[in-house]
Amino acid sequence: MQENVLLQMNHIEKRFPGVLALNNVDFTLRKGEIHALMGENGAGKSTLIKVLTGVYQMDGGEITVEGEPIVIKSPQDAQNKGISTVYQEITLCPNLTVAENMFIGREGSAWVQQKEYEKRADEILQRLGIPARSGQELGNCSLAVQQMVAIARAVDMKCKVLILDEPTSSLDDKEVNMLFDLMRDLKSQGVGIIFVTHFLEQVYEVSDRITVLRNGELVGEYLTEELPQVELVSKMIGKELEELSSLGEADEKETIVNAEVLYEAEGLSSNEALPFDFSIKKGEVNGFTGLLGSGRSESVRAIFGADKVNGGTVKIKGKPVKITKPVDAMKHGIGYLAEDRKRDGIIAELSVRENIILALQVMNGMFKPISRSEQEAFADEYIKVLNIKTASRETPVGSLSGGNQQKVILARWLLTHPDYLILDEPTRGIDVGTKLEIQKLVLKLAEEGVSVTFISSEVEEMLRTCSRLIVMRDRHIVGELKGKDLNQTQVMKTIAGGEA
Amino acid sequence: MKKLFNRKEPLTNTQLLMTITIGIFVVMYILAMTLLGGGFLHTQQIFDMLNDNASLIIVSCGLTIVMIGGGIDISVGAVTSLVVMSCVLYLNNGGNVFVSILLALGIGLGFGLVQGSLISYLEIQPFIVTLAGMFFARGMTTILSVNPQKVSHEGFTKILESKIEIPWLGYTAKNGNLVPARIEFGVVIALACLILVFLMLKYVRLGRNFYAMGGNQTSALMLGINVKRTRFMSYILSGLLSGISGYVFMMHTGAGNATNAAGMEMNAIASSIIGGTLLTGGVGNVIGTFFGTLTLTTIKKIVVSSGLNDPWWQSITTGGMLCFFILLQSVVLSRRSKKKKAK
Amino acid sequence: MKKAGKKLFGGGLGQLTIPIIAIALLVIFNLIRDPGFFSIDLLHNNDGNIVLSGNLISIINGASELAVLAMGMTLVTAACGGQDISVGAAAAIAGSVFVKVLKSGGSINGGTVILAFVSACIVAMLFGAFNGTLVAVFKIQPMIATLILYTCGRSIAYWINGGATPTVSSPILSGIGSFIPGIPVPTPVLIVLLMAILFKLLFHFTSLELFTQSVGINGSAARLNGINSTFIKLLSFIILGVCVCVAGTIGVSRLGLINHETLLLDVEMDTILAVAIGGNSLGGGKFKISGSIIGAYVIQMLTITLYAMKVSSTDVKAYKAIVIVLLVVIGSPVVKAKFSKFMTNTFGQGKKVAVKGAEE
Repeated sequence: MQENVLLQMNHIEKRFPGVLALNNVDFTLRKGEIHALMGENGAGKSTLIKVLTGVYQMDGGEITVEGEPIVIKSPQDAQNKGISTVYQEITLCPNLTVAENMFIGREGSAWVQQKEYEKRADEILQRLGIPARSGQELGNCSLAVQQMVAIARAVDMKCKVLILDEPTSSLDDKEVNMLFDLMRDLKSQGVGIIFVTHFLEQVYEVSDRITVLRNGELVGEYLTEELPQVELVSKMIGKELEELSSLGEADEKETIVNAEVLYEAEGLSSNEALPFDFSIKKGEVNGFTGLLGSGRSESVRAIFGADKVNGGTVKIKGKPVKITKPVDAMKHGIGYLAEDRKRDGIIAELSVRENIILALQVMNGMFKPISRSEQEAFADEYIKVLNIKTASRETPVGSLSGGNQQKVILARWLLTHPDYLILDEPTRGIDVGTKLEIQKLVLKLAEEGVSVTFISSEVEEMLRTCSRLIVMRDRHIVGELKGKDLNQTQVMKTIAGGEA
Repeated sequence: MKKLFNRKEPLTNTQLLMTITIGIFVVMYILAMTLLGGGFLHTQQIFDMLNDNASLIIVSCGLTIVMIGGGIDISVGAVTSLVVMSCVLYLNNGGNVFVSILLALGIGLGFGLVQGSLISYLEIQPFIVTLAGMFFARGMTTILSVNPQKVSHEGFTKILESKIEIPWLGYTAKNGNLVPARIEFGVVIALACLILVFLMLKYVRLGRNFYAMGGNQTSALMLGINVKRTRFMSYILSGLLSGISGYVFMMHTGAGNATNAAGMEMNAIASSIIGGTLLTGGVGNVIGTFFGTLTLTTIKKIVVSSGLNDPWWQSITTGGMLCFFILLQSVVLSRRSKKKKAK
Repeated sequence: MKKAGKKLFGGGLGQLTIPIIAIALLVIFNLIRDPGFFSIDLLHNNDGNIVLSGNLISIINGASELAVLAMGMTLVTAACGGQDISVGAAAAIAGSVFVKVLKSGGSINGGTVILAFVSACIVAMLFGAFNGTLVAVFKIQPMIATLILYTCGRSIAYWINGGATPTVSSPILSGIGSFIPGIPVPTPVLIVLLMAILFKLLFHFTSLELFTQSVGINGSAARLNGINSTFIKLLSFIILGVCVCVAGTIGVSRLGLINHETLLLDVEMDTILAVAIGGNSLGGGKFKISGSIIGAYVIQMLTITLYAMKVSSTDVKAYKAIVIVLLVVIGSPVVKAKFSKFMTNTFGQGKKVAVKGAEE
């Protein structure tokens, strides 16, 4: 057993001002093993990875590779010791070519041999089946391809340990399968792979072992085939799982069938979305589903005016309106929680209070500032109602955990009392406990007469909350499911076959 | 465009902007030749432009390096001036020509070292650091001597006066004499710097690292590049080139003066921008910068030749041209990224 | 006292820590060097009025244009994440327009002065809008966009007055530039106070501060919340235009003439420094106007201190540079981090032990 161990991390400790991010954590990786590292946000997964890759220096513990203790002082160091990482955010340079991106930072000599690099790169790209040319400017490739180039680089460096940090977030199923094939290939060559992900099905599809962290501590290491999914989730959130299934499945209620139509769009199109028709009734919860890139986000962005709208007619409560930019949609009672909360959602350096009242302030206009006392009252109210964990209402939002940041943005939109709330991936990167809270909230809003569009890459979430599911493929709407058709099988069929 | 360079890939942003600059310069010069005639028809015109701007070309190379890396260095003009004054005083006090060269390089290197350390290792913003550098250098120049100083060193004066002559590129003056084309040594040095920097940026690892750092700093770090050291080196190079530029400046004017090279940093930035360097980093090319400098000078000469003698015309046309190039850059790049998205 | 000290060093004053420490250090330095440095007297000035005078007064007075410019620059920096290097040239233009309009009217009275000021203001705002459009609409970096006006602004100012440097003299102007009879405080200082109050009112009666900070911190999120980023950025440049006009007017009134070449020469660098010393990030986002105002006084105090030490005006630059470097080094994130680590190691230990004890 011992000779098989590739990487051993013992008693790892890491603290930040006021927070003990890793407390006596152990981690073992064996040769030729795909090992999933799991845990909720704030569990310490990314901190552990950053310690291993030299981005952070640990405060205590030791790391050994193939039995030899090592000290990792920088990313370059980690790379030299055979530990390669591919991150969730593309860590390549878009202004350099694919070939350069593969070899920069690891050249043997001071001279750059472009032609040589391009030849080698082409070989690797072909072998791995990556659709890119070595002389292409990386910024010209799609995000998925950029991700794969990053992986190709790691593969070429003949790493001993390959860390994949949320590699599948931006990939569609075909690309995910390509990635998994690659991973299995590497596994058979004896490479140890640490696979950090939120996608439970993927963990079960490809990993051999699972390590669970919670609140900066090790919960345990398990063989994947011996750990049922339900137990895994329960270990991650630390409470029993009856709650998860307590939501059941939503049926299309009588009240909704007879409700008035709130929003109606015909031939709505934008720079990013092909013309589509869509309508939603008062108090209804609907979802958009489809593979990555099918156009779900683009469709709702068109509804909100977030992208440049260039066609179609829109009616709200029967009256034609013009929505070409976000503030128009807001004035008509539409709220939109964007997919990328870091880029499009939070204003990191501003306080929780300022983030919460932002949308409402915009709707009031620049010349009617909300008084400080009112702002504080609003903030306190929502901190309580949504159970937002923050030191105070003046804490900068950037220092909150992902789940709490998401709650702040939710609070922001709830404060505007919208008639129609669009939630695009509200549960992405969020711990299971908060995910539940958000789903419950959605149902409650619907009961109060608010229409909600809920998009999630986890179909079960949508099945639990939506009474109608619109299926998209290749930017077209290919089906609409309701009632007894609301199940996984039917969804997959529709996506594949294109008919309800 | 693609066929011109016989490439399979579309031009990178860097190449596209540079091509536009060169194209515009050529067109402008041809127009000047046809419409204004006179001096423009002689090759000497180009050589004069090079002679007058050798030091600008050198600092612009340095500035392009720094800008590619995502930084800025506004001390270059002041450092040039300090180098001139220091070397003039040194030579006049019985100094040695070889040592004076070392002095010039030393001063430039010194500024590069200090500024580079403050910016890279203490993470202070480049604008502030190089602004302080500029203040310091200007101040030191006047501390050395408030009054202009002329070089009186024999050996150096000889260098000052010698030029390379190319008879067959000359022209016949009005009095019938053949006047050969003259290039100063400074121009040779400037062109050498240009070629060396070009080669470095294209074929040496450090040069590519500048591009990576400017393109995405976090990525560069993750890719294993020592970003701090790379940034530090960019300022060292800029300082060094400022030192060389100071020496070349002295070779051109032969005198130290507190107002030497005033505004040179802005001209260098303008040259880089016109040549297709983006202030945001990751995009740029010294060949483009070179043509940027030529374009700037050509405009000034065109203005003067057109008889618009009032001093304000020069800077207004320079400003207008700058505006044109900046808008052009912005439009070209935004159309390109829109096209990309549509794919 | 201990608490105040802790607050100061523990960063409790937030971004105002550095500028306040800087002023404190300069004051202490001067008091040691020359205890009477800050003495204030009441004298009769040339026009026979009773006015305040002394080094302190001349510092606060002399920094007026800088302080006004710094206020506007703070807003532009916060919203656009870059700096406007054309403010000096723009002030020269504003000053030129002011003088031209004044001289074209017959006599100089309250009415013509107001007309001249408004004209200059409109011109300055138009140039501000020009810069703002390049930045907000064409998405050009502020420093690059304003490079254009920096290059040709002073020439435009020159051209406005037909190549001359006309003088104007009038009691009203000297009232603006130096003292209003009966008020012992120099008028420029009052103007700074007025501008500061106007800014405060602006932020109180509108949500401009929140919107500007949002745009500066995360433009994409700001847009998706309905904020019109383009408008906010454009507005910041226009407000800077107003500040430029005020600064130019003060400058012209002080001297009684407009010299396009020397009016507020190189003031842009000092202005950007003032904003930075004030603790504002040059990359945009959160801001405090008060920080920049203090920053302006720091710079002026530094200059006057050097003059008082008999440093010649041409050499001042070098010494200024050293002090500025010291200040920014102290304020740099790396040094701050090392300093706080040092503090926790020396003073923080005590706390830790106590808590542990409590747990057990």
